[in-house]
Amino acid sequence: MKKINLEVNGKKVSKEVADHTVLSVFLREVLNLTGTHVGCDTSQCGACVVHVDGKSIKSCTALAADLDGSKVTTIEGLVKNGKMHPMQEAFKKEHGLQCGFCTPGMVMSAIDLLNHKKNPSDKEIRDWLEGNICRCTGYQNIVAAVKEAATKM
Amino acid sequence: MASLVGSRVERKEDKKLLTGRGKYTADVTFAHQTYAYFVRSPHARAQLKNVDISKAQKASGVVAVLTGKDIANDKIGGLIAGWRIKSEDGSDMKVPAHPPLANESVNYVGDHVAVVIAESLDEARNAAELVKVDYKILKAVVKTDKAMDSESIYKDIPKNLCFDWLLGDRAKTQEAFDKADKIIKIDLINNRLIPNAMEPRAANADYNPSTEEITLYTTSQNPHLARIIISAFNGVAPENKLRVIAPDVGGGFGSKIYPYAEEVVCSWASKKIERPVKWVADRTESFLSDCHGRDHVTHAELAVKNDGTFLGFKNETIANLGAYASVFGTVTPTYLFGPCATGVYKMPAAYSNVKAVFTNTAPVDAYRGAGRPEATYTIETLVEKAARELGMDPAEIRMKNFPTEFPFQQTLVHSVDSGDYNAGLKKAMEVGDYKGFEARKKESESKGKLRGVGFCSYFEACGIAPSAVVMSLGCGIGLWESAEVRFNPTGNVTVFTGSHSHGQGHDTTFAQIAADRLGVPLENIEISHGDTDKGPFGYGTYGSRSLTVGGTAIVKACDKIVAKGKKVAAKMLEVNESDVEFKDGEFIVAKSNQKKTIGEVAFACYLPGTYGEVKSPLPEGEEPGLKETSFFDPGNFSFPAGSHICEVEVDPDTGNTEVVKYTAVDDFGTIINPLIVEGQVHGGLAQGIGQALYENCHYDDTGQLVTASYMDYTMPRADNFPEFNLGFTCTPATSNPLGTKGCGEAGAIAAPPAVMNAVMNAVGTEVSMPATAEKVWKACQKMNKSNSKAA
Repeated sequence: MKKINLEVNGKKVSKEVADHTVLSVFLREVLNLTGTHVGCDTSQCGACVVHVDGKSIKSCTALAADLDGSKVTTIEGLVKNGKMHPMQEAFKKEHGLQCGFCTPGMVMSAIDLLNHKKNPSDKEIRDWLEGNICRCTGYQNIVAAVKEAATKM
Repeated sequence: MASLVGSRVERKEDKKLLTGRGKYTADVTFAHQTYAYFVRSPHARAQLKNVDISKAQKASGVVAVLTGKDIANDKIGGLIAGWRIKSEDGSDMKVPAHPPLANESVNYVGDHVAVVIAESLDEARNAAELVKVDYKILKAVVKTDKAMDSESIYKDIPKNLCFDWLLGDRAKTQEAFDKADKIIKIDLINNRLIPNAMEPRAANADYNPSTEEITLYTTSQNPHLARIIISAFNGVAPENKLRVIAPDVGGGFGSKIYPYAEEVVCSWASKKIERPVKWVADRTESFLSDCHGRDHVTHAELAVKNDGTFLGFKNETIANLGAYASVFGTVTPTYLFGPCATGVYKMPAAYSNVKAVFTNTAPVDAYRGAGRPEATYTIETLVEKAARELGMDPAEIRMKNFPTEFPFQQTLVHSVDSGDYNAGLKKAMEVGDYKGFEARKKESESKGKLRGVGFCSYFEACGIAPSAVVMSLGCGIGLWESAEVRFNPTGNVTVFTGSHSHGQGHDTTFAQIAADRLGVPLENIEISHGDTDKGPFGYGTYGSRSLTVGGTAIVKACDKIVAKGKKVAAKMLEVNESDVEFKDGEFIVAKSNQKKTIGEVAFACYLPGTYGEVKSPLPEGEEPGLKETSFFDPGNFSFPAGSHICEVEVDPDTGNTEVVKYTAVDDFGTIINPLIVEGQVHGGLAQGIGQALYENCHYDDTGQLVTASYMDYTMPRADNFPEFNLGFTCTPATSNPLGTKGCGEAGAIAAPPAVMNAVMNAVGTEVSMPATAEKVWKACQKMNKSNSKAA
């Protein structure tokens, strides 16, 4: 067990965690932030992507005990003053989600892309999202949503 | 008021899903929660000699360890096959018992042996390792085409044959073949797929010993069906003591239509230990134990005249059912497959023979399209081959054989109410710039690539279904749908539907329908589904049925509301009912300015008397309240159709195949929300292209699932697709008042043959699905050799 201090969605969190607890389990089961989803066991699907210190990571592959002192943002942390993030708005406008299970990871990953690159091409968007699997949308409207968000961010 | 039907309305359900406020089954945790972990068979086929749970029972945190003996002692019934198929000789299908926890034998890798329930998931998982199972390993039956020649898995099922089914007329078909100028033959494998909804299956059952009620949260496309099966067949609890809730569900694609062993076991175990029991599949468990799809081995023949006219069609298929007959496992390769086997064409004579076999693999059941993709792949590959052999254009041979008059009595079963197949194909050729293909091919060649074009024209039978028809064909349930439209006293509306949304956007589409019908703003309408305690019994969502069947039930319930509203408004306005018209949410007295809004009428229905300024006595004989229910049973299936054209580029040096252009023109009848419909097409295409190029479930010869993770099973990714070009034509369905036909499965039905015909056009020889780089490279090598020989 190790005591860790984190800032999660702008709030200070101090918890004891087992050595083997991964961040996705910590978020879902210790902090009850169930917006972060787990869709596989092999770090392939990307449903669990969150931001740690501003960068997107797969939270199923990071040990919570390693993240002492980090700032974590999850899908729940994107809404500011009741308003959705431009990426969330764009996913809604372009119908970039259907069942919604992959969506939190997809949104967090896409925001990181736009943080790196202001106006990515279709190919750059598709390449970037290669680590996020969606079974519903065929990706077309996700690409459209990222492009739409690029005009707003 | 502008009509909302046909508008690109943004989805009402999106905000919660986009902000992490959705509630999926895995997100639900109860007080005093326990966690279940299943001990699964590592062998494809074995006798269970002994299951020793003594060590596991003593492990830290363990609450209970339950086995097949316990479930048998408690007389919990087995899982069921929902559709009874008869063989050609009139005999009933043969199905093995399917206990939720195995008692005597295990029959596929992942089969359920025991469940360990503990205070935490870690403790349950650790204790599961201590369950000692003594297996007597037997030789597994794995391959679809070898199953009938292998040792019987079940002693009372010879040749592992569930049924040998025939649809159509062999003799008449042979007569047609005898008159043919040419017979085109093909042998195909329809590759086995694993549905892979992104949300793994999960269940959380909470038994209350005081009320004797179980509340089961589950990842279901069909909570009402889950309740009746777990109650009536498994006997876990009476229906009135079992509440099933399917909250937000993360995709299904067929794999979540029916309850599995885990839901039954969690519900039963919760009752036994008097605590809530939660199980969430990990991805490998999903691969092993979710029902799989497709897996056909087919020989088919098409009899043609030299001018391209089709004379007859024969289809001989072996369909793999897996180890047990799952709920829709037996209907998928028969009545969902056979009738569509002749495709979208006039076909004077045909038959379809299907032998369904058991193997030591996971059960196979409905997966997006269910039977219709297999049928369409067969006929559309044959038709394209016929065009090549006759030297005809693939579009020309199709148009020559399209029916042009509707209703069209299709060869094997269906009377197709409406369609215009020529218009669809012509539009696809326009949208996809078929004329420009040769120029694009040259351009590809200049880059050293081979370019191919492939067609698929399809029709499908969905909107399942007329209960009288399906029950006469062996279906153990009716397939109507229910709706309840409930005006609240303050004038807003809750609509309950028996269908279930797990990505399809019912909250929006159904609200659009009700808003138009009732003249109530969209934001004042909530759609409620997924909870057996709310709203009437229904049959859930699959077979592209929700809108045509469930949407129509909503229309009918709305019409009943308006009919009652007219009576009440007439009384309020002191006129005859026949003088009242309803339009845009208002009851208006003809040729006057007298009117009442539907909100005022609803209010009056809940306050039927005089109270201060409120004067709203109801007409004599009318009951208070404003709530109506409708159960709609359609008179026919619905028949979406369309033409898709795919272009691929193949790199002959690597075999890498890329879909570079894809055009889909579909006729879904009336479209309520184009934004959502386009999304459904995109998703179906991705799964269809996935089957053609990437996805393949592979068991080795001992029955081990080799493709049991995302590192081994190729899921299509964002960089696997071009931007799809979509177009629509519209011939409204006549079997429902909305005119809708269903759109959810079309992409998965049409894409595999369109892609594979393009691949074969590019490389010049047949390639099997999935057309992996290795297979395509080998095909290119073979063709190079034969080309050089010819030279």
